[in-house]
Order: sequence, then C-alpha cells, then structure tokens
Amino acid sequence: MSLVFAGICSHGPGITGRAAMADSAVSGPFYEAFGGMRAELEGARPDALVVVAAEHFANFFMNNMPSFAVGMAEGYEGPIEDPAWLGIERTSIPGNAGLSGRLIRAVMQSVDIAFAEEWKFDHGIMVPLHFLTPRYDLPIVPVNINCQGPPLAPLHRVWAFGEALRRAADAVPERIAIIGTGGISHWPATPDSGKVNEAWDREFLERWKANDHAALVSYTDEGTYRDGGQGGFEIRTFISIAAAAKGRGSVQYYRPIPIFSVGCTIGTMSVGA
Amino acid sequence: MQKFLFDINRDPAAQRQYHEGLDALLERYALTAEERRALAERALGLIYVLGANGQLLMHYAAFLGIPWTEYIAALRAGIEKYGQVRAGVYTMTTRLDEKVAGV
Repeated sequence: MSLVFAGICSHGPGITGRAAMADSAVSGPFYEAFGGMRAELEGARPDALVVVAAEHFANFFMNNMPSFAVGMAEGYEGPIEDPAWLGIERTSIPGNAGLSGRLIRAVMQSVDIAFAEEWKFDHGIMVPLHFLTPRYDLPIVPVNINCQGPPLAPLHRVWAFGEALRRAADAVPERIAIIGTGGISHWPATPDSGKVNEAWDREFLERWKANDHAALVSYTDEGTYRDGGQGGFEIRTFISIAAAAKGRGSVQYYRPIPIFSVGCTIGTMSVGA
Repeated sequence: MQKFLFDINRDPAAQRQYHEGLDALLERYALTAEERRALAERALGLIYVLGANGQLLMHYAAFLGIPWTEYIAALRAGIEKYGQVRAGVYTMTTRLDEKVAGV
C-alpha cells in the first residue's frame, strides 16, 4: 500500500514514571496532545506501526553496536525497566515477522542494516506506545538508530535510512504508519536532567516542519553535544521521519517540562510524494 | 563496568545471580579495583564519576528501586566527593547547587 501516517514524539521515562511529580496544568495538555496523535494515527487505519526509536542499551551494546537495526519477531516484550519506576506494566507487544522481513529486504537494497529476531522494548518505545496504542493491539516494527554509543551514524546516512524506510513502506501491501521517538535537546539521567535548550529545540522544529533536508543534516555531533546535550543525538530519529514522510510537518505540542527531562514534543508530518 | 550494568538491566538470569550474591557475579567482569568497589557498594555517585553511561546507570537505579530524587542526589554527591565525570558523554554541566528540575 503506502505510508499512511508519520509523526514524532518524546519518549522520556519521566513522562509516565514521574507523572505525579509534574504540575498537571502543564502536563495535562501534553498528554492531551498525545491523545490527539493517537486519534490521528487510528484515523489512518494502519496495519502496522514502525517505531524508529533511540534505545538505551535494552538490546544493543558497545560489543556489537549496529548503526541501524530493525526487529523481525512475531512479538516483543517490555519494558525492561522496573515497571513501577516507569509507570508502565510489563506486557507483550505484537509484531509481524513476515512484514518485518519484507521491509528489511527492501531497506537492504540501499542501506546496510542489522536485524534482530529478539528485541526487548525500553522506554524509548514503551512510553509512546503507552499513549498511542495502549491496548497493544497494533503490530509493531521496532527500529533503532544508535544514538547512545559513539561513533554515531552521520546524519546524511540517517536521511538515507529514512528514505529507504519509505521505499520499503511503499513496496508492501499493508498500510504503514511510522513514528520517530526521542528528544531534541536534553541532558537526561544525571543531575543535569531537566536542562533544555528551548531556542535550539525550536530552531530544529522549524527545520523539521519545513522538511529542510540541507538544514536538518547540517548538524554536527560536536555542535549537538554542546548545544543539545548527549540526548540531542536523538535528533536522528526525528530526521529519519522527515526523510521518510517527504511532507511538511506540524507541531501540535512543544514545551519544556523539566521534571520529564525534555522539551516535550508531539508532531505529525504529511506524507509527500 | 558498563557491561555489568547492561546485563543486570536486561537479563533475568543476571538479576537472579545478583540477588544470590553480587560478589560472585562481579567475578565475571573485567573491573578495576575502583570499579569493583563502586559496584560492590552500589555507590551510584562513584559509578557515575567513573564514566558509566547515564542511561545504563538510570536503569540500574530503577532496578535497585531507588526513587528519582535519591538517584539524582546520589549522582550529585558523587561529583561533589570525587570530582567531574572521567569518561563518556554524560559529563555534568550544571552547578552542584543548580536543581534544574527542582530535585
């Protein structure tokens, strides 16, 4: 069929795990924006959801770190984190090994990737699914872009990977939705947690909305680390979605919520030709 | 050190061995004396300073059942006691008295 939905969202574990520590007047509209994204996703009637996430050592480690990996299992499980800490119960999530295999073969025509028949989900996928497919009834195709263990894939290769995902989605009969999950600037998991460079984030989102290829791939890892923190490396997931969707973006929600450790973001992008 | 954290965060068998005896489990890893001490004492602040990836460390703290505020305080105390992070990309960039998110 084709790509029928594209979007981006935050995935910080505090969004669910520290919900009670946030001012509900601030967090409420963010959760509502997640609800709006869910409605739009469901309205697209997808057969499967490709989740391009930046995992945090749930599966891949520096002993054997792929730049790009795609899951190929009939089912997955998550979260790996303590459920009480994350605020999400451990559960099974459906996959579709056959669909994954066809997507993987198509992507491999232009980009070398790893595949995995075993895959445990961490907050990078579980937090978005908690809001977008809370019944865990939509088959998921997990995708990882290494954003944790440098050296990281250059952004022009991330772009090529996103384009390859689009070609793959267009080549299968199923209706495919795709989301990218991650942060823009953030300094998570340390005493810096809560620090956000809002101006840098907003500039990134302008480039993303315009689907400005040259501007999106012009970031350097050195500059991103300086201006966006180690969490900023996750711009890769959002950039891959722009490359896949080829459309124009809109941002339904953006606001730093320090206790969630990130500038909370919800965005969708039209599917272009 | 990070390999231990990776295993303990995701592998139920490693988690069982952890509960049966941390010292025996640590024997399986190539650790410096300082790393071994940090892990044996569950000294999150020292593990942080020694260069553990923040995501690995955060998930380990969740495994230990340490609340978020205590986790952040432990890392800040580690910096105060041992100095800046020695390796990796999770260097602390805020001041010790700067509670960015109020914790």
